Amino acid sequence: MNYNWNWSAFLDATPEGNGTYLDTLIQGGVLTLWTALISFALAFVLGSIIGILRTLPGRRIGAFSVAYVELFRNIPLLMQMFLWYFVLPEALPADIGRWIKGLPDGSFYTAVICLGFYTSSRMAEQVRAGILALPPGQKAAGLALGLSRAQTYRYVLLPMAYRMILPPLTSEFLNNTKNTSVALTIGLLEITARARAMQEFSFQVFEAFAAATVFYLAINMISVQVMHIVERRLVVPGSMAGGK
Amino acid sequence: MFSNFDFGVIASSFVYLFREGMTFTMTVTIFATIIGTILGTLLAIMRLSGIWIVSKIAELYVNLIRSLPLVLIIFWFYFLVPYVGQWITGSPRPVQVGAVASTLLTFTLFEAAYFAEIMRAGIQSIPKGQKAAGQALGLNSTQVMIYITLPQAFRNMLPVLLTQTIILFQDTSLVYVLSITDFLGAASKVAHRDGRLVEMYLFAALIYFLISLAASVYVRQLQRRYTIAR
Repeated sequence: MNYNWNWSAFLDATPEGNGTYLDTLIQGGVLTLWTALISFALAFVLGSIIGILRTLPGRRIGAFSVAYVELFRNIPLLMQMFLWYFVLPEALPADIGRWIKGLPDGSFYTAVICLGFYTSSRMAEQVRAGILALPPGQKAAGLALGLSRAQTYRYVLLPMAYRMILPPLTSEFLNNTKNTSVALTIGLLEITARARAMQEFSFQVFEAFAAATVFYLAINMISVQVMHIVERRLVVPGSMAGGK
Repeated sequence: MFSNFDFGVIASSFVYLFREGMTFTMTVTIFATIIGTILGTLLAIMRLSGIWIVSKIAELYVNLIRSLPLVLIIFWFYFLVPYVGQWITGSPRPVQVGAVASTLLTFTLFEAAYFAEIMRAGIQSIPKGQKAAGQALGLNSTQVMIYITLPQAFRNMLPVLLTQTIILFQDTSLVYVLSITDFLGAASKVAHRDGRLVEMYLFAALIYFLISLAASVYVRQLQRRYTIAR
């Protein structure tokens, strides 16, 4: 391979005049993190609501939550990005549509909302699985103690269910973080977009993508470590995982 | 809102969308599923082999690929493949393989990592007694793998493998970043040419939705049938 490696290219100024390539990559990394964190928070809330709805009796609630999950799971993420970004402003009343299109950080908000909804459908399945994995006696015991259904969920079912689904939630978080890269198609300047820009301007293809790769690997490792600590902290004494 | 929704643009581009776009999408999906499953199975066998270095290599590959976003991997391969081609063929210049070949290679190698994890779970789900029984019958370990373990692992994992194929089908839309005309790429080209983004994107989304939904309903039925059979 006769490729000219030039690691000092990171310190060259970009032709766009926004600092060195390293600066732009760091900005991209920060933006990736913010997008990932906020969208995951949204996904967590939405996913919990839908997941809980799926465990409630009642035909209509069931049909709604199933439709929600199927809708967001069966359309490619990139397609969903385009729907939120290009189609939604057109579908709304003209004034609101124009206001949305004129927002300064439109691609950021779009990416957060799109990823939030997309990941929430996966999250809902995890929350549902967590609740259904609990022995039915738990719910019966809560109700027998005189707790309302809401209280049974709040104080008995959910605290156990969330602990059980921590490992799959970690991988959903990592998937969500990886998926932020899809937002480069709607112009979000996250880390992969920054690496791509560096590749285009400096021709140092492999250095640019190596930087993004190292970034994702680091996020992966840090998240896994943090979740290990969280898991250990949250173990219920005497539960199955507590014995380890 | 949709008062000027133009069905005409969908009708007039229908043939193009499916003949050009969907054909490519399906080609990538089927190719990457078949070759990816074969490579994935090999990776799973490598990972479960007792040889430390072999299993480490497979583990490293699978974990690396699974840690990175597909978009980044698409870029990596697109730029890396010409250099690797040059290195293999010994030609003086980077070998231009084209976006299509590069895409097929990318998705195959990417999916292999995911299929490897599925097949590893499948192989590990086979009770140890099966292997012992095979060996007691005088089969060597390769024969045990081919005639006893793998057929059952495939059968057990078929619903999961197919679910992964549905994910792959949706993921192929990401070739958009290389400006390739897959189904979404074709819809996008018409949308921008005719200024009909709403119509084209809604139609494309509907088609993706219907195909994925039909496939996942089928997989669920399959799963139910197989669960009863066991």
